[in-house]
Amino acid sequence: MNISTEISDRKMKQRLLKDKIFTNAMIFLAFLSGVPLFLILYQLAIKGYRQLNISFFFEEAPDTMEAMVAVANNEIIPGGIANGIVGTLIIVGLASLIAIPVGIICGTYLAENAEGKFAGLVRFIVDMLQGVPSIVLGVIGYIWIVKPVTNGFSALAGSVALSIMMLPSIVRSTEETLKMIPGTLKEAALSLGVPYHKVILKVILPTGISGILTGVILGISRIAGETAPLMLTALGSTVVNTNITEPSSAVPLLVWEFYNDPNLVNMIWSASLFLLLLILGLNLSAKAIAKKWKVQY
Amino acid sequence: MNSEKIFKYLLVSSGVLMVLIALGIVATLFVGSIPSFKEFGFGFLFSTEWDPTEGRETYGALPFIIGTLLTSILALIITFPFAFSISLFLGEYFKDGALPSFLRSVVDLLAGIPSVVYGLWGFYALKPLVAELGLNAQGFGIFTSSVILAIMIIPYASSLGAEVISMVPGSLKEAAYSLGATRFEVVRNVIVPNAGSGIFAGYILALGRAIGETMAVTMLIGNSNNMPTGIFDLGNTMASLIANQFGEAEGLKYTALIEIGLILFVITGIVNYIGKLIMKKLSA
Repeated sequence: MNISTEISDRKMKQRLLKDKIFTNAMIFLAFLSGVPLFLILYQLAIKGYRQLNISFFFEEAPDTMEAMVAVANNEIIPGGIANGIVGTLIIVGLASLIAIPVGIICGTYLAENAEGKFAGLVRFIVDMLQGVPSIVLGVIGYIWIVKPVTNGFSALAGSVALSIMMLPSIVRSTEETLKMIPGTLKEAALSLGVPYHKVILKVILPTGISGILTGVILGISRIAGETAPLMLTALGSTVVNTNITEPSSAVPLLVWEFYNDPNLVNMIWSASLFLLLLILGLNLSAKAIAKKWKVQY
Repeated sequence: MNSEKIFKYLLVSSGVLMVLIALGIVATLFVGSIPSFKEFGFGFLFSTEWDPTEGRETYGALPFIIGTLLTSILALIITFPFAFSISLFLGEYFKDGALPSFLRSVVDLLAGIPSVVYGLWGFYALKPLVAELGLNAQGFGIFTSSVILAIMIIPYASSLGAEVISMVPGSLKEAAYSLGATRFEVVRNVIVPNAGSGIFAGYILALGRAIGETMAVTMLIGNSNNMPTGIFDLGNTMASLIANQFGEAEGLKYTALIEIGLILFVITGIVNYIGKLIMKKLSA
């Protein structure tokens, strides 16, 4: 009797120990996964803050010679990333201009036709588009725009590639948001004799605006840091360029260029820091909007 | 009545546009790779030669297909303990409170870091570490890119898992607890069997991400066009090959690269389709 209780006691202890080890390992691993975020932020901040000054935002990227001289004299590299900032604004802005209206309309269509065979096909295609690798969209932008339309690398080609990339997230967030709006709201408006398109435009879409806006901002943050498709489409430029049919720079492209030029290495940290803060800011503001303006009835 | 009709047509036409974009992408890649397919046939998939020397140009995709699958599957294996821990942490152990919402934000922000920044960090922080450990002479290679990819896909691999784990019925867990099970035993015998396929679907979708990732891999894998001999060897993926060589490519090389793009498109399509299929079965 005594021996068997001792054995079961030992077994019990073993099980509890196992449980404890597992729980602690899980907590440890979960938080360890977050460490890279802080390491990356720390490294970018420590190495990048020196270059962040007024000229960083308003001057074009320096050439290799200027940078080499500055580094040799132990000064900070002159110049900034203005060509990248302007390029990113134009490319991302144009991509949004294409993708936002189409995405919202398509999301509305899917929300209004929950069943339907064609709607099912569209939903499937949007899902598949979400998974297309960004580099493949770069190839598409090259074949569709660079060769036949602009006869050379251009900001427009970059915008087209990026707009296809951001479409799925706008479509899906619009659909998900509109689906959550209770049908009574729509029925009330329809029963008052309001035409269908006005119900959608004046009642349904405004009610879901926060969810849609969240999707749009997340879509923008997804494309703002993209480098690969722009390498095949916008190519890059050493000067500020506002003509969308000409090659254009962008902040992520500049990071890539600085990375490849040993003399400009000091610039990558500040350019990356700027890019990272921009994107994390967009992400956080999307979260804040989703939280604050939750759909209310 | 008229504006009513126009509006409905507008809604449908946006759906038609989606179909056209998708068909356009497929058709473009197909047409673009015809010359290469005519030249190499299906041998393109199995040839290990990538030689752009003029006069004896031959192109084969196998080293890059293997390189892509090797890096992304290795990344998935590395990411598993971390992503699973996060899923459990957020879905079962700590659902509400400041700490889990902090972890959730951190994981979300990990998804927001641009690929090129991950690449930089990998180059300056991770690569020297790998070299110091003596795994590889310079620190470049398949293993290094897999580690970076593993960090990049943590958010995608963990979020779906957390969701399905939190949906495991409480009555099942309570029944197990009432029989005297410890929490670990509940996880192993109740939660994993119940949420397993959902967790798995999350990993499949994360795999799709890893396969198409370009910049971080390009900066770390070493860009060798030879067949990789092991996980510490240099290699190349389909995405990073296109990124490196598409700009100056012409003629046969140009269409061979488009064919690589087509293969990449098809592989990610299949992987994502399997993931969605599992998810659909779950919700049905």
